[in-house]
Amino acid sequence: MKNKMFKLVSVAGIALALGACASNPPVEEEVAVTTPPPVRDTTPPPVRDEVVTSREVVQGPPPGTVQDFIVNVGERVYFDTDRYNLDADDMAVLNRQAAWLQAYPTVRIMVAGNCDERGTREYNLGLGERRANSVKDYLVSRGISADRIETISYGKERPIDGRSTPEAWEVNRNSHTQIVSGQVG
Amino acid sequence: MLFRQTLFSMGLAVASCFACMVPASAQINVEINQASAREFRVALPDFNANTPEAQALADQITAIMRNDLRSTGLFDLLTPDSFIQQDLSVLVQPRFADWRIIDTESLGIGEVEIMDDGRMRVAFRLWDTAQEQEHLLSGRRGRQYVTTSENLRRVAHVLADDIYTSLTGDEGYFDSRIVFIAESGPRTARVKRLAIMDQDGANAEFLTNGQHTVLTPRFSPSDQTITYMTYERGRPQVYLFDIETGRSEALGQFQGMTYAPRFSPDGNSVIMAQADNGNSDIYIMDLNSRRRTRLTDHPAIDTSPSMSPDGDEIVFTSDRGGTPQLYVMNRDGSMRTCPSGGRDVACRITFGSGRYSTPVWSPRGDLIAFTRQANGRFYIGVIEPDGEGERLLTEAYLDEGPAWSPNGRVIIFFREDRPGASPALYTVDLTGRNLRRLNTPGDASDPAWSPTLR
Repeated sequence: MKNKMFKLVSVAGIALALGACASNPPVEEEVAVTTPPPVRDTTPPPVRDEVVTSREVVQGPPPGTVQDFIVNVGERVYFDTDRYNLDADDMAVLNRQAAWLQAYPTVRIMVAGNCDERGTREYNLGLGERRANSVKDYLVSRGISADRIETISYGKERPIDGRSTPEAWEVNRNSHTQIVSGQVG
Repeated sequence: MLFRQTLFSMGLAVASCFACMVPASAQINVEINQASAREFRVALPDFNANTPEAQALADQITAIMRNDLRSTGLFDLLTPDSFIQQDLSVLVQPRFADWRIIDTESLGIGEVEIMDDGRMRVAFRLWDTAQEQEHLLSGRRGRQYVTTSENLRRVAHVLADDIYTSLTGDEGYFDSRIVFIAESGPRTARVKRLAIMDQDGANAEFLTNGQHTVLTPRFSPSDQTITYMTYERGRPQVYLFDIETGRSEALGQFQGMTYAPRFSPDGNSVIMAQADNGNSDIYIMDLNSRRRTRLTDHPAIDTSPSMSPDGDEIVFTSDRGGTPQLYVMNRDGSMRTCPSGGRDVACRITFGSGRYSTPVWSPRGDLIAFTRQANGRFYIGVIEPDGEGERLLTEAYLDEGPAWSPNGRVIIFFREDRPGASPALYTVDLTGRNLRRLNTPGDASDPAWSPTLR
């Protein structure tokens, strides 16, 4: 599931990287692949609501908005059990995050590290901190100033899938990049 | 507040009429550490009372005492219909033969009087029916309390503690409280509030309003303070909460996350984990000077520290060996000779399959309780500080976060008994036999025991 998600998202990301905004894939397809059906994402809503016009619905979210980041860049990378290293899929997402952050230099982000429920609370707080910092370190290595990146660990306190299944654990082991200020619109 | 009110204790003056009685003999001890521990046969008849109103108080007191004693799994409370002698008085020696014939080993006699000033007087004595003599209660022949009726539950717990201590030789723990996290709402948007209740589940109240997630509360061993972790200022930080004033304060302002706090055994320091740039190490903060000292410096995750009762050693979780395991180090950071061989600053003490975390040193010093995770299951267990004698006491889908009763005989923890189940609090004794679920208002996790309140 993990690989499929990222390959499909990567296609959208390349389109963005080439500056081909007008030729973005249909919105429906992107939403379908970036949001696995059983997952209920309860992260706080975007800082402000988008004003969606009919033209934008066709062309995707306006560049530089939170919605643009979520849909066209990807806000989460996923980890294996007990691990905090980044694989090629993760780096592809983070490369797009870095490119986007270069394009919008006033944007500041919070990277939150999350764990699945199959660990003790205190160890998972430490592991989540490591996961968040893996992402931060990578973004810094891609030229993003560390001053723009805050990190936080939620351990196992903020699952995005509340079930107790291997599928849920897989998506709950993640680092979530959230825009906290400086976005367009 | 209720728990601050002083209980007036005095030797039972009326006991002087038995001054001729034989001196106290050696105490009879119940062997808690043996799985075959026999139950101690205790008769606790309804207390006498001078008015119907006093009788209602008396009935509540005996019910609370019986519940306390039963919860330990150590006492067999005999049913009242088997009692032969009915004319009991706290002033009169019982007819021992009447109690021996129904296999009573200990007999508690009490009375409640409502005095002219409206206060309640509770008197209690405990008899050894086999030896035909009186059990001393905290060194005295009998106990008497004069207090207001709102202290009824505490009086009952104190008397149950007296019986427990007199018969087992261990400190009682019924006059104590449990701090925990009260949980509500869906798992993806859980509300977590700091909460407190009596050891038997009574008088539960919330200490925080649920606006911010709070985790891992622990009681001070010396005063009415709790240390815990909260997201109150966005970043996870260790806080102190004063139960008497209801005030909370951050324990320092650090760049990184501080978490997994515990008080030192003397109550003067808080030992905790702090993460800087993703790396967690162990720190200790003196509560008077607020000076902080770093105790570990390792690229692995070091967390969940707990100090030995003498304050000389620290057990903590570290994944420096690849997976989370328990390590013991000296408080002063000096080299140790490790039980598994070699010398190191921190010695690994767990080598079973799976992962070990959340170690907590027993207040008796002899054992360390932990959470173990193996084969997709979670276990609560105990191990000696040198890594010997590991015993698993519980198993479930999720068992996590052990904490000790003040006397080191009982462990409280939280459990999700199957995938998707809500967390609830459980206690288990060191034999692993006496597993009990505690009633809480709603879901509950992260329990910790207060010291006894006296």
